[in-house]
Amino acid sequence: MTMLIAVGLVTALFLVGMLGAAAGLQWVFGVALPYLAVGMFVIGLAARVLRWANVPVPFRIPTTCGQQRSLAWIRPQRLENPPDTPSVIGRMALEILGFRSLLRNTKTVMIDGRRLTYATDLALWAGAIVMHWAMLIALIRHLRLMTNPVPGFVTLVERFDGFFEVGMPVIYLTSVAFLGALAYLLYRRLAIPEVRYISLVGDYFPLFLLLAIGGSGFWLRHVTTTDIASVKALVLGLTHFAPTVPASISPLFFGHLFLVSVLLAYFPFSKLLHMPGVFLSPTRNLANTTRISRHVNPWDYPVKVHTYAEYEDELRDKMIGAGLPVEKD
Amino acid sequence: MATFDEPGYYDPDELVQIQRHPPVTPWMETPVDFRPGTFIYPGKPKNLHVLGLPHPHEWAVTDADWKLPQGWQQIILDGMAERLSRYRSFQLFMDICVRCGACADKCHFFIGSGDPKNMPVLRAELLRSIYRKDFTALGKVFGKLAGGRPLTEDVIKEWFYYFYQCTECRRCSVFCPYGIDTAEITMMGRELLGLLGLYVNWVIEPVANCYRFGNHLGIQPHGMVDTLEFMAGDIEEATGITVDLPINKKGAEILFFTPSGDFVADPGIYTCMAYMLLFHELGIDYTWSTYASDGGNFGLFTSHETMKRLNAKIYAEAKRLGVKWILGGECGHMWRVVHQYMNTMNGPADFLEVPTSPVTGTVFEHARSAKTVHIMEFLADVIKHGKLPLDPARNDHIRVTFHDSCNPARGMGILEEPRYVLRNVCNHFYEMPENTIREQTFCCGGGAGLGTDENMEMRLRGGLPRGNAVRYVQERYGVNQLAAMCAIDRATLVTVCDYWAPGVNVTGISELVANATVFRGEKRRTHNLRLEPIPGMADELADADAVLETRGEVGAHA
Repeated sequence: MTMLIAVGLVTALFLVGMLGAAAGLQWVFGVALPYLAVGMFVIGLAARVLRWANVPVPFRIPTTCGQQRSLAWIRPQRLENPPDTPSVIGRMALEILGFRSLLRNTKTVMIDGRRLTYATDLALWAGAIVMHWAMLIALIRHLRLMTNPVPGFVTLVERFDGFFEVGMPVIYLTSVAFLGALAYLLYRRLAIPEVRYISLVGDYFPLFLLLAIGGSGFWLRHVTTTDIASVKALVLGLTHFAPTVPASISPLFFGHLFLVSVLLAYFPFSKLLHMPGVFLSPTRNLANTTRISRHVNPWDYPVKVHTYAEYEDELRDKMIGAGLPVEKD
Repeated sequence: MATFDEPGYYDPDELVQIQRHPPVTPWMETPVDFRPGTFIYPGKPKNLHVLGLPHPHEWAVTDADWKLPQGWQQIILDGMAERLSRYRSFQLFMDICVRCGACADKCHFFIGSGDPKNMPVLRAELLRSIYRKDFTALGKVFGKLAGGRPLTEDVIKEWFYYFYQCTECRRCSVFCPYGIDTAEITMMGRELLGLLGLYVNWVIEPVANCYRFGNHLGIQPHGMVDTLEFMAGDIEEATGITVDLPINKKGAEILFFTPSGDFVADPGIYTCMAYMLLFHELGIDYTWSTYASDGGNFGLFTSHETMKRLNAKIYAEAKRLGVKWILGGECGHMWRVVHQYMNTMNGPADFLEVPTSPVTGTVFEHARSAKTVHIMEFLADVIKHGKLPLDPARNDHIRVTFHDSCNPARGMGILEEPRYVLRNVCNHFYEMPENTIREQTFCCGGGAGLGTDENMEMRLRGGLPRGNAVRYVQERYGVNQLAAMCAIDRATLVTVCDYWAPGVNVTGISELVANATVFRGEKRRTHNLRLEPIPGMADELADADAVLETRGEVGAHA
């Protein structure tokens, strides 16, 4: 049910974009809404990150995943249990670029009803890392539409991405990988009973949104070819704040663009916030140095304690009886 | 006939038949089943009074009406707002979860129970659903469609059940791609419940004791003197050595503190005896304290404020006694508090000196600010420098495995020190499978205040992954002893091992060190600290005497 709601939403949004543009609202779907979406994305994201940043980190609570730095002759595992800032940067780089924690993933299985086993299970890691990297590369490729002249690294990325030179125009490796990885992520969300049980509309919606964006993009490039020069003129107009809507762009493109706009606008209100959030996670981005240098809690306040004097006052006779030294006789 | 609070009530073959398929009803519409053996009794009002905590009242978990205070919903929402503005962890972890489920089968309670609300992700959703409804734009507008739900009494009951079915072990946070730490979630959940006067007695009574008497068991100063004297007697019987009992001694070099469980409970007492023996052998000028007589801190399982209130006595006592630095014994959650909170909460300890080993001269630079050193760091250094005469053969009848305790592993990273010590005092040391040790270690199932008998079913279920790994090394290598540097482990793993891997005993590491140490002036060591005969020792000595006698050298080995 939750999945169907998400499918329905994405389909409806796509049709709205396509039909709206076909009905003559190209300026709305080609200019006004993209600007609005980018505005919501930038402001929404900045507001959320600032809100996080303004919440203090009262305690230094890294999750340590390796040997600490203690005695000189014991080798610390710096990237798993960072003893200083450079190590933290290394740990974060591994996490953000390589999805380090997912790489640890295991699947717990009971064998013969008596032995628990924990086999390495990299499917989720593979699906996630392929999807994210493919998306990044696809984004870089899209810079072609936003720049004139096209920077060298964009062309270079395209060359590598189209390495196999299959199809005309060439099918990019990342287009296929992106859609394939998304399909896998959707599959596992449905196929693993526990994961399906916890899934919300907010989990299916971004998946279908990305699938529809990737799918319509693929369609635009390989099936019903659109007037790429006009598309570039539109996008360049947007990025140079001199919007123009050429007439010869297919409604399909506006469906694609509208879904991208929805994605951007939806981003700061959704679980997609994991993108900026991972940088700020206190269990990952802090060095394990609480005994080396004092971490200060900015909102620390005095608390009521039971002082030694109160303790001795209550128990003095017993302490004297037991031969223990006391402060006051 | 065993009752629900005894392991014998549960058939292990039945318990491992775990239903992993979630129920048909969505989780928001699946009420809690409070069956005996899976929940803990409420905190008694007298304990809340000792601590001055709000809304003490009599109630029972199985009652329909939990007698929540007037305006309780507002109390919870205000409490959430306050914590969202104080803990970045809480705010962030409410916002960024993608429900990928990587954490699901990492939780010992989920593995052992199959209850989907024991998946870390769903445990957090119990709170997150309220957060969405009342603190996010989408949730306010779309409600249930956006994953929100209204705050009802049933939600509070669900929180109580599941936040006291989490041992704050942090295993899930190792696997989470964003490091979402369920310990943080559970701590917040328990703090919020506390605002309504809802605690479990197994936690709040020790807290009240600790506040008033300095330790969780409520041992008064004269009782502590008796306890340590009794242990000294046993030490003398086992080794022939008379140890000093420095208590509340001003001007000592080192303040030693350890969890109070080791004062009374078998097998923790043997580790406590080992400390006294080893300090005696090494000639350390140390002192116990009756006021700071517990390093353990059930405040960690109550609220940040309570943790700070209980922890304050450590530095205060170090200052009063005028020691130079602090040494801490084998304990799990105590070291989470000491390592990650103490310096922030109750420091700076600038009246102390940077810890320096009086035995080896090693400066413990990694503790230069908090001035507190772990006994395993201390002993590893001593052994490395060859300052402790060891005869590991004395432990040859023991085939030992090592259980990394959750907090020292994932909230500190003390992994190699205990292993180094163990390898030097035992000839037969075997690791459990790699996904069950070090940072991936499994909880004993009774941490964070869940180790009480009325919670027996959940303890056995939660202890299944650990028990299963123990049985593996038992069958494969003949392991007969499990070493753990945590007092809660030494209490709860006895039950877990008896149930899932019968025949494996539990020990502290220091106990094994003392049993392997050749003490100056010791008598013939025919018995270990448990006063059990050491297999072979008596015979070998007799043999040796026979040999020496024939050579006319009787007594030369003494």
